[in-house]
Amino acid sequence: MNNKVYHRIEEVAGNVITLRADGVRYQELAEVESPQGASLAQVIRLAGDRVSLQVFAGGRGIPTDAKVRFLGHPMETSFSEALLGRVFTGSGQPRDRGPRLTENMIEIGGPSVNPAKRIIPRNMVRTGIPMIDIFNTLVESQKLPIFSVAGEPYNPLLARIALQAEVDVIILGGMGLKHDDYLYFRETLEEQGALARSVLFVHTAADPTVECLMVPDICLAVAEQFALKNERVLVLLTDMTNFADAMKEIAITMEQIPSNRGYPGDLYSQLAARYEKAVDFDSAGSITILAATTMPGDDVTHPVPDNTGYITEGQFYLRNGRIEPFGSLSRLKQQVNGATRDDHRTIMNTMIQLYAGYKETLEKQSMGFRMSAWDSKLLVYGERFEQEMMDLSVNIPLETALDRGWAMLADCFEPAETGIASKLINQFWPKAHAETPDNGRQEERNHLEAVASSD
Amino acid sequence: MSNHVGQITGVSGNLLRVRFHEPVVQNEVAYAHLGEVTLKSEVIRIRGDEAELQVFEDTRGLQIGGEVEFTGELLAVELGPGLLTQVFDGLQNPLPRLAEQCGFFLQRGTYLQALERDKEWAFTPAVKVGDTVTAGATLGTVPEGIFKHRIMVPFGWRGKFEVLEVAEAGNYTLDESIARLKSETGREAQVTLVQRWPVKVPIQAYAERLRPTEPLTTKVRIIDTFYPVARGGAYCIPGPFGAGKTVLQQIISRHADVDIVIVAACGERAGEVVETLREFPELEDPRTGRSLMERTLIICNTSSMPVAAREASVYTAVTIAEYYRQMGLHVMLLADSTSRWAQALREVSGRLEEIPGEEAFPAYLESVIAAFYERGGVVRLHDGGIGSVTIGGTVSPAGGNFEEPVTQSTLKVVGAFLGLSRERSDQRRYPAIHPLESWSKYPGVVPEEAARRARTILRQGNEVNQMMKVVGEEGTSIEDFVVYLKAEYLDAVYLQQDAFHEVDAATGAERQSYVFERLGHILDAPLKFPDKDAARAFFQQLTQTTKDWNRVLQDDPEFAKIEQTMTKMVAEVSADE
Ligand SMILES: Nc1ncnc2c1ncn2[C@@H]1O[C@H](COP(=O)(O)OP(=O)(O)OP(=O)(O)O)[C@@H](O)[C@H]1O
Ligand SMILES: [Mg+2]
Repeated sequence: MNNKVYHRIEEVAGNVITLRADGVRYQELAEVESPQGASLAQVIRLAGDRVSLQVFAGGRGIPTDAKVRFLGHPMETSFSEALLGRVFTGSGQPRDRGPRLTENMIEIGGPSVNPAKRIIPRNMVRTGIPMIDIFNTLVESQKLPIFSVAGEPYNPLLARIALQAEVDVIILGGMGLKHDDYLYFRETLEEQGALARSVLFVHTAADPTVECLMVPDICLAVAEQFALKNERVLVLLTDMTNFADAMKEIAITMEQIPSNRGYPGDLYSQLAARYEKAVDFDSAGSITILAATTMPGDDVTHPVPDNTGYITEGQFYLRNGRIEPFGSLSRLKQQVNGATRDDHRTIMNTMIQLYAGYKETLEKQSMGFRMSAWDSKLLVYGERFEQEMMDLSVNIPLETALDRGWAMLADCFEPAETGIASKLINQFWPKAHAETPDNGRQEERNHLEAVASSD
Repeated sequence: MSNHVGQITGVSGNLLRVRFHEPVVQNEVAYAHLGEVTLKSEVIRIRGDEAELQVFEDTRGLQIGGEVEFTGELLAVELGPGLLTQVFDGLQNPLPRLAEQCGFFLQRGTYLQALERDKEWAFTPAVKVGDTVTAGATLGTVPEGIFKHRIMVPFGWRGKFEVLEVAEAGNYTLDESIARLKSETGREAQVTLVQRWPVKVPIQAYAERLRPTEPLTTKVRIIDTFYPVARGGAYCIPGPFGAGKTVLQQIISRHADVDIVIVAACGERAGEVVETLREFPELEDPRTGRSLMERTLIICNTSSMPVAAREASVYTAVTIAEYYRQMGLHVMLLADSTSRWAQALREVSGRLEEIPGEEAFPAYLESVIAAFYERGGVVRLHDGGIGSVTIGGTVSPAGGNFEEPVTQSTLKVVGAFLGLSRERSDQRRYPAIHPLESWSKYPGVVPEEAARRARTILRQGNEVNQMMKVVGEEGTSIEDFVVYLKAEYLDAVYLQQDAFHEVDAATGAERQSYVFERLGHILDAPLKFPDKDAARAFFQQLTQTTKDWNRVLQDDPEFAKIEQTMTKMVAEVSADE
């Protein structure tokens, strides 16, 4: 280790400073002291005796004679049960009134899991949201972003899933989080009694950009330790687009050649390095990652959602306060939906195909075309589907939701019109299903919900 | 190992700058020292007395002045019995054995020999003392699972050799000599069960390359019937995220009519590899009745593993494919995704500050892609046998837009283009291969004329559908409407295939011809309906019946029964009656 203190900074550009020093290791940490206060910094390039560091608190206000002391180790965080119930910044400093934690320091951004030590995910995570449970089943150890336009309720959705899912530990990573949203998360977790099993690492929009970069790594390093202790961990990362933008900022400062709309060429690898921490360990716990990815301009081909989609195991599209059936996808659903109920897959496929038909009919209708008998059926079906399945206020168990699906199909169609295999029709098609008036259906639904919530 | 040591003068990401003192070789392997461990690297550019190296590991902790040991050897893999059923990383480290040694995580700097040294193989000689042999000639065989694994004269040996000695039939470990050969210049050398080969150099110990003309059935109907793949050919599957590239490759890896499948999981999700890894040993290969794993080998450098090794992984995979081809076997190499490999090239090129081409990909991208696919092909070996390497690569274009460098470069060199469409995958019309925009230059399993007629119906149906969007159903004649329904019918019951259904998931070539002919009759039949609603209702019913038909085995009595029902249904609405 190198105890020398350096105080001749040769270059300051953005959040990156460059000085001459020797014996420095790639990616080690340094402490930079300036009249602004002390900040951590990380080595991001070595060229001869020139060392470039990114300063966590930013380059603003750094004088050329700031003191730089190298710490001889890379970024670390403390790990113990004492983390639970606590709130920290992106660089691991307490954000609540609790003490600084310094015991059992672990490295962050460690190596990836040997694929041979992973197992095939097999546990469904129940959320009570039919658009997830039936159509895009969430699975333990899945990595899944919520694609959303700014302004959609993605944070409440994350919080709701976190609270309803059966997990042991919740880790929240906030990146560029609005202060209100941070408080919302904290209060919601607290009210529901979940704070004691949560750890929060929060970088708010007002904090220095570089700290934002640390958030996923620090969250996931901690998650990994809990998972190795057999815990089922859920990591919430919001908003990964802010993380990507922080990377873009550094890349531009370092004069890297951008590949696409200013983002660095390694955006995919960088995002993947984080998301791939999701894991179901062979004979230990698991990490499930749910992230929010806001789409600038509602454009899914924007590099951040685009690269994310190529990495994650599906995505939930949040639009107009609803999870869109098209574009939303859980790629792990087939690992679990074969074992839930025999009709799960069929209901899932059929209802979506018919809803697609409804969308087409809407288009025709808007062009002023005559509606066929089939179109009229689809119109009734589509509206009910939106109200009784898609609406986020619907909160029912999977089985109730499947029954509701059959009831809707039977109300709207003849069996053959659904294309469902005859075997399943015989087994599941509601037998005595005559066209009941609307209030009748409502009663039936109420009944079903009562039955479901009583067990 | 050599004792040529250089010093680090710069570190940026996974790129090192190293001052050297003796000659270095472009693409030679070097090891950077970091405390107890050494990190494998490859020389990728040389300038003056400095070489630039890409490190196949995380470079955290390296420092200026650190030692780098040059080996003088190109990046190479081990070739010998015991490769099959293995799971390697991009540098041919066996992952299960690595896990035994290091536990849950991939510790950098740990390198294991690819093949197990203490295992014995039952060798049977195939030559006699005094025989003359050349590179690639079979000296003997050992059984490897269901295959006769040939032990061949190392591919890099030039000229003719005389067999001075050959081992008797018996058990030998990998490094034991099984033959002694003498070159024309009188030099003697030993041959063992294993040889090394540099991954970036094609193995060319064959008599000639042939044109790929024989269909390779995948049991995916839309491929075999409409956009076929040929043995020794190349195809690509470009598509936006989530459109079904990986699932399609997995289906092909199970059902493709080849001897050996090499799965190169290149920069994609670890979870997908785990599926193959855990499921294949349990699945039966219908061709052999043995476990599917016995014909499979996985090279996996998933997205969070080091980027430079990702680049190496496709070469490792294709080299092993070529090796088995030399045994007269048919090998299929499935690379998912070639875009990640191209991105690895882009990352390195960026760090080298090369002048970037389109989307910052290096200017040489196209030739690198072409050279890779060129390593596929059918060859006639020196002993007259035929072997092949078929390459199927997925492409992950940014924004799902095919007008990008990797897709475009790939399209120039493959013989079949299976383009996945977001529209179809959104509609859950799987496999989401676009039925009108895809193409193939290879022959398929049904008569070309029949496939052409069906494609015409699909195109016409699509045109009617487009037109209906403008003029509405009421503005469409019933004849046109029926064409549209027929196209939708063909799509639903033939192009779409349920990958998760036991029977529907795989349709053999014979069944394809049979079913396709039956469907041909239905599509050709002039049908008469009182109105459009009746026509729609009829096709809905027929679709359901035909899907039921797809779900029963061909030798099940139910199969014939459903077929009769369909015939009857069609006869009832036939205009001829
Ligand atoms: N043939 C199919 N049958 C049923 N479902 C499918 C099929 N193909 C794809 N899917 C569904 O789509 C999901 C995504 O497919 P897949 O993983 O193959 O996409 P991909 O094109 O490889 O995406 P990426 O580029 O992100 O890797 C699957 O998890 C599955 O739910
Ligand atoms: Mg894929």
